[in-house]
Amino acid sequence: MTEPILSVRNLTATFGQGASALRAVNEVSFDVMPGEVLGLVGESGSGKSVTLRSLLRLLPVGGHVGGSVSWHGKDIVRMTDAELRAVRGGQISMIFQEPMTALNPVLPVRVQIEENLRAHTQLDRKGRNARAKELMDLVGIPDSARRLDEFPHQFSGGMRQRVMIAIALASDPKLLLADEPTTALDVTIQDQILNLILDLRDELAMSVVLVTHDLGVVAATCDRMAVMYAGRIVEEGDVTQVFAQPRHAYTRGLLGSIPQAGTERSMLLSIDGTPPGLAAIPQGCAFNPRCDFATDICRRTRPHLTGDGHRAACHNSDAVIAAGSPVKKALSHV
Amino acid sequence: MSMTAFLGRRLLQLVPTLIFILIVVFVLVRLLPGDPASAVLGDRALDADVERINRELGLDRSLPVQFVAFVKQVFTGNLGNSISMKIPVTQLIADRLPITMLLTFMAAVIAVVMAVPLAFVAALRRDRLEDSAIRGAFQVGLSMPVFYVGLILLTVFGAKLRWFPVGGYGDGFLDHLYHLFLPAVTLALSLSAILMRNLRSAIIGVVDAEYVTFARAKGLRANLILFRHILRNALISTLALFGLSIGTLLGGAVITETVFAVPGAGRLMVDSIYGRDYPVVQGLTIALAVLVSVTFLLTDILQAWLDPRVTK
Amino acid sequence: MTVMSVSRLRRLPRAFVFGAAILIASVIVATFPSAFAPYDPLAMDYVNLLAPPSAAHPFGTDNFGRDVLSRVIHAYTIDMQIALFATLFPFIFGTIVGAIVGYVGGVTESIFGRVVDAVITFPFLVLVIAIVSVLGPGLINMYIAIGVVGWVFYARIIAAEVKVQKRLDYADAGRAMGYTHARIVFRHLLPNAITPAVVYWMTDMALAILLGSSLGYLGLGAQPPAAEWGVQIADGKNFMATAWWISVFPGFAIVLTGLGFSLLGDGLAEILRGRK
Repeated sequence: MTEPILSVRNLTATFGQGASALRAVNEVSFDVMPGEVLGLVGESGSGKSVTLRSLLRLLPVGGHVGGSVSWHGKDIVRMTDAELRAVRGGQISMIFQEPMTALNPVLPVRVQIEENLRAHTQLDRKGRNARAKELMDLVGIPDSARRLDEFPHQFSGGMRQRVMIAIALASDPKLLLADEPTTALDVTIQDQILNLILDLRDELAMSVVLVTHDLGVVAATCDRMAVMYAGRIVEEGDVTQVFAQPRHAYTRGLLGSIPQAGTERSMLLSIDGTPPGLAAIPQGCAFNPRCDFATDICRRTRPHLTGDGHRAACHNSDAVIAAGSPVKKALSHV
Repeated sequence: MSMTAFLGRRLLQLVPTLIFILIVVFVLVRLLPGDPASAVLGDRALDADVERINRELGLDRSLPVQFVAFVKQVFTGNLGNSISMKIPVTQLIADRLPITMLLTFMAAVIAVVMAVPLAFVAALRRDRLEDSAIRGAFQVGLSMPVFYVGLILLTVFGAKLRWFPVGGYGDGFLDHLYHLFLPAVTLALSLSAILMRNLRSAIIGVVDAEYVTFARAKGLRANLILFRHILRNALISTLALFGLSIGTLLGGAVITETVFAVPGAGRLMVDSIYGRDYPVVQGLTIALAVLVSVTFLLTDILQAWLDPRVTK
Repeated sequence: MTVMSVSRLRRLPRAFVFGAAILIASVIVATFPSAFAPYDPLAMDYVNLLAPPSAAHPFGTDNFGRDVLSRVIHAYTIDMQIALFATLFPFIFGTIVGAIVGYVGGVTESIFGRVVDAVITFPFLVLVIAIVSVLGPGLINMYIAIGVVGWVFYARIIAAEVKVQKRLDYADAGRAMGYTHARIVFRHLLPNAITPAVVYWMTDMALAILLGSSLGYLGLGAQPPAAEWGVQIADGKNFMATAWWISVFPGFAIVLTGLGFSLLGDGLAEILRGRK
């Protein structure tokens, strides 16, 4: 079996200090294999985006990352600033949900691409210019030479997301972290961008960690998936396995909430209630107040991730498996 | 919209503003107490002399006629003669306004030099000791009247320590700078407090912006992130405030020049108001208002240059 | 005070509590100055001219032998009045005009926009000085001069806010129910739009004290021998090197009062932001 390129162990993200400190991410562990697309799934507030940002220590002021993130034999959590700068944007890149806010509004696209090249390559002015044009072509932006000198607000939503991908890919990263890259886009544009990311993954032989709340996106693009709830991973496995036979009640609920072509609306399951706030995570299994399968033990002890390959943290896995997957058809339409 | 179109539209907007300025000044001056003729001639003037002066100043005609004549004169650069000093108002303005402009410019530079680094420290060390100390100090500075600050600086650094002259304007450019230093610091204090407050919250707003996170995710150096991505964006909103503050600064110059005996336009204004020298009051008010309009225009251009969203 | 209200007071921003404390004390002093002042502010004592601070005269005496502390205390009456009267008229008038401009929009709004442009083009202080010189020096004329210019800033704030409120559903509901325009504007839109103007009012009162004392200093505001901080500072300006206390102590009062208004304004803004 091949070695993972990224190994995350017991990752935590804490905000604030002392008694009022809040844990947004708790003891999260996972691996990313070369060339694979890993989906990180959950409702908003589940800690998926914070997990992604913690990998590059990109938390806002007051945030603190613990645990270890090993990348090519080095622990990103313990890197010096200079080492971290070399990894960020050079070896691991990141793209964001809202390109309108993630691109600097007052700088032309050229500057925003070339500053990445300046930081991570030896290219001279001419070389950077050529590379910038090449990148714009690569992500499918027509008339690249002219558009390089335009500003973000002059691009359409989908084009803006392409610009952001071009910036992220400037220095040939081996891992792309994508934080809900298509959520802000129209459905048709969504597919184009997802396909672009998949094509580039093949072309550049990189791995992708894709954060999304959309299981349709996961089915269409990811090889493996990890489901997060209240700052922890509750289920992890191959996308086909998880979709065919969810082992955690929460995953099953999520799968039930995907609208499916060809099924009646009454089949749509949804999960009652809202995810807990960070300050009030229930005892035992964090999901128990919303769970149809919950028993006494769920209210007392927190379940651990168990299993090999396909893992889940659920006391009543057997009951969940017995109930079957709500996804009746293969999601071939997405 | 191109920069040229933007400039054109912006220049066009100046026209109604200028007309309004002229109307206000015209009306205000007609309301000045006492008639100018007796101001010139004294209380025991002969009726014939009063009539002659009124005719010379055009005050015997109807108001609309006077206004048209007034606008014509302004546009031909003729603002009349000073009643007390018997020289053309344009001459007086040309002599005195540059002093006030230099003072205001120095104050603006000093205010920016004080405000920008401290705003950074306060914003990046938000809610810690440094932040509280800086904000507290500026809050007190903001509550101090200009004449009070001036008087204290004048006494301490002028009269007691003798580091700076206690007033006047000096000879030669460097000497001018030396004489205007204390007045400029006095004038700069409240502006720097306002700028600091505004820039601090602008920086706080920008620091956690997604594009700054993206810049960090690119592995850029901290300095580059600070200047290219944070400062530039934070400055855009502060710049608008800075432009708007120029009027306040010029108003403050009236008091500063009085305290420090600087022979600038502000001092001339106060003297002319006391002396009922209305052509000078009129001319100066127009000149100051035009100066402020031009400053607004310049800040708008600067803003358009910093923020491409304004023009494109 | 009940336990409930103490804990509620604790939750208020610190700036608000400090500002309110300073201002409540200032209002009390302004209302009953004689209860606090050790001497008559106008009584001259030719034996004690320019006496430095001492137990008998904590802030010293001025060149007429008047007690500086007593004059600073009595000046609270005038300066707190300035803060109120110089801002109350612009606040009320500006609010009414702003509400109408914001509600009507269209041509009215464009004309108002040009008026704002022109007014901010004149240095505020220069314009006020010019108007005071037309009307003659004195407090009443000073209020008028400040009012003539000051209402514009309130009107601008209110107009912008009313414009936002107008687009919300409840304004349509009011129209659908056949309310008069006046009722919609003043009973429904304005109460929701007025908060930023109130915050600005606090800051404006601090500015009014600065402006009032500046005009007093220039001889255009309160007239000597009345005790007013700006007038007092002007009185002492020629004695700065020898008898600094005449000018320095009134300045403290200005800074303290100005600080009170700014803190109250900041605290109020914070509370209102939190409520949204």
